[in-house]
Amino acid sequence: MSDAATTTSDMPKEQSGSSARFYSIWLIAAIALIVLPLIFSSGGSLTSFSLIGIAIIFALSYNILLGQTGLLSFGHAVHYGLGGFIAVHAMNAVANYNWPLPLPFIPLIGGIGGVAFAILVGWVMTKRAGTVFAMISLGIGELVASSSLILRSMFGGEAGITTDRTALPHMFGWTFGPQLQVYYLIAFWVMISAIAMYALTRTPLGRICNAVRDNPERVEFIGYDPHVVRYLAYGFAGFFAGIAGGLAAINFEIANSAYLGATQSGLVLFAAFIGGAAYFFGPILGAILVTYLQLGLTNLTTVWQLYFGIIFIGIVMFAPGGIAGLLMMHRPLIRAGSLGMVIPSYLMAAIPTLALALGVILSIETVARYTASEGEGNIINLLGIPFNATAPVTWIVAALLVVGGFLVARLTWRRVAEAWDRAATVARDRGYLA
Amino acid sequence: MRKIIMSAAVTLPFVFGVAHAQDSVKIGYIDPLSGGGASVGEGGLKTFQYLADELNAKGGILGHKVEIVPMDNKTNPQESLVQAQKAVDAGIHYITQGNGSSVGAALEDFVTKNNGRNPGKEVLYFNYAAVDPSMTNEKCSYWHFRWDANSDIKMEALTNYMKGEQSIKKVYLINQDYSFGQSVRTEARKMLAAKRPDIQIVGDELHPLLKITDFSPYIAKIKASGADSVVTGNWGQDIALLLKAAADAGLKVNWYTYYAGGAGGPTAIKQTGLDHQVFQITEGFPNSGNKAAMEFEKDFRAKVNLSLWYPRAVNEMRMFKAAAEKANSIDPVKVAAALEDMKFEVLDGGEGFMRKDDHQFFQPIYISSFGTMTDKDKEPFDEENTGWGWHLVSKIDTAQTMLPTTCNMKRP
Amino acid sequence: MLELIVISTLNGVLFGMLLFLLSSGLTVIFSMMGVLNFAHASFYMLGAFFGYQLTKWIGFWPALVLAPLLVGAVGMAVERYGLRNTHKHGHVAELLLTFGLAFAIEEIVSMIWGKSPMDYRIPAALDFPAFTVFSTNYPAYKIFMLVVSVAIFVALLIVLKRTRVGLIVQAALTHPSMVGHLGHNVGRVFMVVFGVGSALAGLAGVIAGPSLVTQSDMAGLLGPILFVVIVFGGLGSLPGAFIASLLIGLIQTFAVALNGSLASAFGPLDPSLGPSVLTDIWNVTIAQIAPILPYVLLVLILIFRPMGLLGTRET
Repeated sequence: MSDAATTTSDMPKEQSGSSARFYSIWLIAAIALIVLPLIFSSGGSLTSFSLIGIAIIFALSYNILLGQTGLLSFGHAVHYGLGGFIAVHAMNAVANYNWPLPLPFIPLIGGIGGVAFAILVGWVMTKRAGTVFAMISLGIGELVASSSLILRSMFGGEAGITTDRTALPHMFGWTFGPQLQVYYLIAFWVMISAIAMYALTRTPLGRICNAVRDNPERVEFIGYDPHVVRYLAYGFAGFFAGIAGGLAAINFEIANSAYLGATQSGLVLFAAFIGGAAYFFGPILGAILVTYLQLGLTNLTTVWQLYFGIIFIGIVMFAPGGIAGLLMMHRPLIRAGSLGMVIPSYLMAAIPTLALALGVILSIETVARYTASEGEGNIINLLGIPFNATAPVTWIVAALLVVGGFLVARLTWRRVAEAWDRAATVARDRGYLA
Repeated sequence: MRKIIMSAAVTLPFVFGVAHAQDSVKIGYIDPLSGGGASVGEGGLKTFQYLADELNAKGGILGHKVEIVPMDNKTNPQESLVQAQKAVDAGIHYITQGNGSSVGAALEDFVTKNNGRNPGKEVLYFNYAAVDPSMTNEKCSYWHFRWDANSDIKMEALTNYMKGEQSIKKVYLINQDYSFGQSVRTEARKMLAAKRPDIQIVGDELHPLLKITDFSPYIAKIKASGADSVVTGNWGQDIALLLKAAADAGLKVNWYTYYAGGAGGPTAIKQTGLDHQVFQITEGFPNSGNKAAMEFEKDFRAKVNLSLWYPRAVNEMRMFKAAAEKANSIDPVKVAAALEDMKFEVLDGGEGFMRKDDHQFFQPIYISSFGTMTDKDKEPFDEENTGWGWHLVSKIDTAQTMLPTTCNMKRP
Repeated sequence: MLELIVISTLNGVLFGMLLFLLSSGLTVIFSMMGVLNFAHASFYMLGAFFGYQLTKWIGFWPALVLAPLLVGAVGMAVERYGLRNTHKHGHVAELLLTFGLAFAIEEIVSMIWGKSPMDYRIPAALDFPAFTVFSTNYPAYKIFMLVVSVAIFVALLIVLKRTRVGLIVQAALTHPSMVGHLGHNVGRVFMVVFGVGSALAGLAGVIAGPSLVTQSDMAGLLGPILFVVIVFGGLGSLPGAFIASLLIGLIQTFAVALNGSLASAFGPLDPSLGPSVLTDIWNVTIAQIAPILPYVLLVLILIFRPMGLLGTRET
């Protein structure tokens, strides 16, 4: 985790070129956000883009803690949820009292809600890092989530509190009724928040956060109090989580206790880690993947939770740096021009690995049909090929794919490792890999 | 039946949608299929799938095949909205839900907003079990139809029966801590005070929804209070575990419940030996005596391997078909119009109707008790292989279930 | 009132002992390996389901022995092929592995056994009231659960304090690297400890299954509270876990038994104030806040005594 944050800054020689490239990346991202709904205009894609946008802000805010400052939190959803609740109350108040506050500013109020609670509890929580912090965050998370069911006038109990986003003063003639307008509102906040959080990592505070993560003792020697640094980082994380919560409140027009709960906290931890906590863009990838899995998998299979679990176990075991880590591994190879050496082995490994994966999917689906869901019928459609779950042929095919795929795949994985070593050696020789 | 297209996961990122044949009528079944409510949700899903098969065997609705699309909401309002939005995006025009009034309220709010904002993409919400009275009173919506008697109606009938039971002296209330449980508790207090002022309420408990594993502390408290009767609206594992803990401690009281017949409940009642001391109020039950209903029950048990827990779901689906045929369309706007004030012969006999004022379905309701079966010919069905079955105690006709509504319906 | 106290004490102690069966394994795993095993409650669930299935096939008593052994084997496999490979990537990776595992186990269980509660009955030999206090039956099975839990506690203490294996484990709790330097196969110690911990959770499942509920969501209901127990008691301290388990079991049971609220103590608030957070707090009963109390304890102890009740080193 420690070496990664410095990768972008240790190239003073190409400073001007890189800054042009840096701005163009943000510009491309902004254009992509604007153009996306024009390409994928179905209602389904708009819904998922909106959810992904919210998840991106939330995951990035989480990474201020996990990736930047090294604080493992199990209760980050508290700030997200409180932000959501404050936003819903604010929206209802604005609509009731006719205050001249348009909807696009509501997420800011959510952010203030998030940071307010962070300021309140953060000082005690951030006294220590490590497991103590993790366990306190777990306790506070459960505490707030359970209290929300009791403090009914504030949190609305199980049902939560609803609101109507179109009842607020309109801006540029936008009612924010249609999902497309909500999407653009979310996209706008995604850009703002992402830029702000990126900028935060470049400030002295961001740097000292990294130092606190890596070696709090030395930070003390140079005159900073790690406790204060952690507290500040916690505040910023709470602020951006609150913005994400406010956006979620706008999107769903409801805030309820599930916003604050352990599931939500767990998902954001997943997203940040799976994406790659060591890189700024890692949580973005993670948020996209996790949200997509959540939305898409449930449509495809009844046992989505099992795939969810398997995918995460797989990533944790085989790509502990997350997706971003996996991608960034290839950076020195690309620079050194030795990427070509690994590609053939990748392609070779892809076929048996895919066969293995298909075999696993087929066997899981077969078992699932065989046991749990009688109403579903016995036909499994895999890659357009129908399989009958009760036919022995299907079982044999599944077994062959799993066993054969695994045996062959293991050989090809070895080849990948060898090819990788060779390519890395070349890159090292050319001075692109430490 | 749902098709699984794995390739879509690879080739079409960001574009999700439920694969569908062009001309089927899809009903999004938004209920818990994981978490604490999963056992109830799964039972409901099987019921609806059976009913869809039944309709399809007779040519579907206006020639359209009926398809149930399971959507897991984890008993969570926010997740339900995601699923509802997915249903809309996939071109589904009918959703049905029952477990959890908190979810029901969120969905009702959703369909109202969605149908107002997106003309042409209307969705009807068929509610088969969320019985919070507010859903057909102050929060009522034109796009919501409820087939289950709401909590106030049930409590009115239940307390009318309790009024005549002079042995009831001390009542204990235990309910789930959310809108539905609270409405059960307040109505029970109000109605008992009006009808039987001599009854003493010795306890009034609210516990977290679907989170308790061991009810023995609560049972100890009921025992200590000296109550002779317990009134509860608990459902799902909350009633099964409550009765189980009562069985363990040997708590002998009369139980006046909404949902004691749910999975696990009958087993626990038998274990305690509470012969005809547990009462349930429903819109139908296996041994109701109606011939058609009992034929249905027999076939349902043979095929699904469950007893029919949702006669209202049968009414819902059959009435949906009748309404679509009346409107000669599967367009939700026309179906909604056709459903208003529609009369319908319910599964267990007698006529019910969908009141136009609040979209609440009124039907005969029954109080039944669970215990030994005396006449195997007239009451052939037992529950969970206990050898005990439900026995008719009291029938309340449609006309007597009518309660006024405060609904101020906004029509499109 | 006395009746309520006696029954609540019994129930509380019983729930506490169940918590201890679960947390004893977890605390040893946590303090030795630093792994916050989120799947621990899933092993408890596996135990209940294995117990149910084996009881159906070969009867309760063989199941009582076999099911925990099976769960222990699963645990060892998880350690050997999962956690050991992930160890080098740090604690967060290990934690996420167990997180994913919890997801997968829950779904596998509901795939095989469905989502409805299982009809896992108390064995006929124990299905009678052991004694009657104030006209409340106390089931013999609950006494049996109590006896098993106490026996395990005693056995664990003896193994840890009186045997060579126990010495190594204890040493590894406080000085893991030193134990490695002394030539012990720390990897194998970890595997065995993980296996034993899982087996204990499995045992808890087998005996709690018939009494509570055997259902695919039973893990989620108990999971977080286990962390409260081990942190509260102090990491690596078995007596600490024991005391914390009992304390939390009793607190939760007694809180449910109490009806008091601020409103009943100081009279109702002026109704003209209208509903607000204050009225919510004013009217909430102690029974309603029972589920929150363990977390309040957790936060308080971490603030004031981060090493836990009987812990020797800071978490």
